[in-house]
Amino acid sequence: MAMAALRRDGRRIAAPLITPHPINPLRSSLASSDREHTLLGVRSISTQVVRNRMKSVRNIQKITKAMKMVAASKLRAIQTKAENSCGLWQPFTALLGDTPSVDVKKNVIVTISSDKGLCGGINSTSVKISRGLHKLNAGPEKECKYVILGEKAKAQLVRDSKKDIELAFTELQKNPLNYTQVAVLADDILKNVEYDALRIVFNKFQSVVAFVPTTSTVLSPEVVEREAEAGGKLGELDSYEIEGGETKSEVLQNLTEFQFSCVMFNAMLENACSEQGARMSAMDSSSRNAGDMLDRLTLTYNRTRQASITTELIEIISGASALEG
Amino acid sequence: MLRQGPRFLLSRVSAASMGWRRQFATDLPAETAGDSKFVEAWKKVIPNIDPPKTPSAYMAPRPPTPSTIPSKLTVNLVLPYSSILSGKEVDMVIVPATTGHMGVLPGHVATIAELKPGILSVHEGNDVSKYFLSGGFAFVHANSVADIIAIEATPVDQIDPNLVQKGLAEFQQKLNSASTDVEKAEAQIGVDVHSALNAALTG
Repeated sequence: MAMAALRRDGRRIAAPLITPHPINPLRSSLASSDREHTLLGVRSISTQVVRNRMKSVRNIQKITKAMKMVAASKLRAIQTKAENSCGLWQPFTALLGDTPSVDVKKNVIVTISSDKGLCGGINSTSVKISRGLHKLNAGPEKECKYVILGEKAKAQLVRDSKKDIELAFTELQKNPLNYTQVAVLADDILKNVEYDALRIVFNKFQSVVAFVPTTSTVLSPEVVEREAEAGGKLGELDSYEIEGGETKSEVLQNLTEFQFSCVMFNAMLENACSEQGARMSAMDSSSRNAGDMLDRLTLTYNRTRQASITTELIEIISGASALEG
Repeated sequence: MLRQGPRFLLSRVSAASMGWRRQFATDLPAETAGDSKFVEAWKKVIPNIDPPKTPSAYMAPRPPTPSTIPSKLTVNLVLPYSSILSGKEVDMVIVPATTGHMGVLPGHVATIAELKPGILSVHEGNDVSKYFLSGGFAFVHANSVADIIAIEATPVDQIDPNLVQKGLAEFQQKLNSASTDVEKAEAQIGVDVHSALNAALTG
């Protein structure tokens, strides 16, 4: 987004200087740059405008390079954590299966996004998928609510789905992510929201340039029992003996809460990795773009400078020849 | 490309065109039944955007239930911060379930067990490794795969007995002086964990 704005701005300001007819640069530079100076009678053409532009572009390039380094170091730190936690959700999927197409009355979509911007398109992707899931699961007698983590998704979803937002959490990344914080958050959500199915939407980190939008589904214990009776993937659940707790439903309740917190922990780590990776590549293309703009501006600067030198020479020589002849 | 045939036609028919989609190397070939139902439903309502992936796409499928009892049990011990054991073949594990210590051998009946703070011992041949778990869940599947998910697990030789005694005394004092239900519950949990630690060290 930053690089698109830079490109647009560059074209707007550089347009009068970089002309479509390079064969008569003299006339164009005389005509466009510094009309106010010609009015005052000053003959030399000022290169000040181009120089200012170059200074600001150079500063932007330095800033984006620094941001890229910062994002790279943060990514390294959080990537090891995410890889270590990837075994956490697998036992639950092995036991309870993966049922994204489950049909329930109360859906809650938990959208995970970042607080800070300049991270490419990952937040827009998450919001698009959330809206898609909302559309898929809306209908008569079915309701679909949002729980939003992160400033960016909140800003986008509050525009058109304000009444569907149950809870919103921001400033989650002030302290490094750890399981206790996520467990408390999960507890908060489970206590305040009625749900039959929770769908968590996040970006899974595949590599520094590839982020895949993913959705994990966590079912409430009543729905789990219903699906187990109905057969299909969860049908084998009845064959499992339950140890501990007084009743099966109590254990299933604990299981659901534990599953939700584990899946959330992994999802938040993966999303944080994707955010840093996306920011790295966005800042990288921004620096490269600033470098290109700087090259173009340097050429224009040199052309303008040479044109003004040539003009002065011509004036001097024509003045001298007028005196002689 | 041929498998993309029907999807291609659908995208051509719908208003926006997705353009040419390259087949990624990471695309897994088989989609399970639940996934394809989801993908179909998604495509009908939202044809322009690719459907999101689901966790089963990232997981290797588990082995099916064998007809004879296998000789070894495969154990996965995972924590939020690391996987301590993954796919390790052992003879037996003893898990601290809330109903008492439960031994799991290959061919054990499929079980879901809630765990209390206690010792997990992993027996392989003549080696026994003991870990103190803080609580969690254990799933034993019919194909002799045991998944143990805990929040914290430390090898028993890394626990300091002095700190355990201090902690136990502190929490017992808190339990006696607790006034609200929340404080009582917290103090009780502290006492339980520390007594279990104590028992782990001595027993």
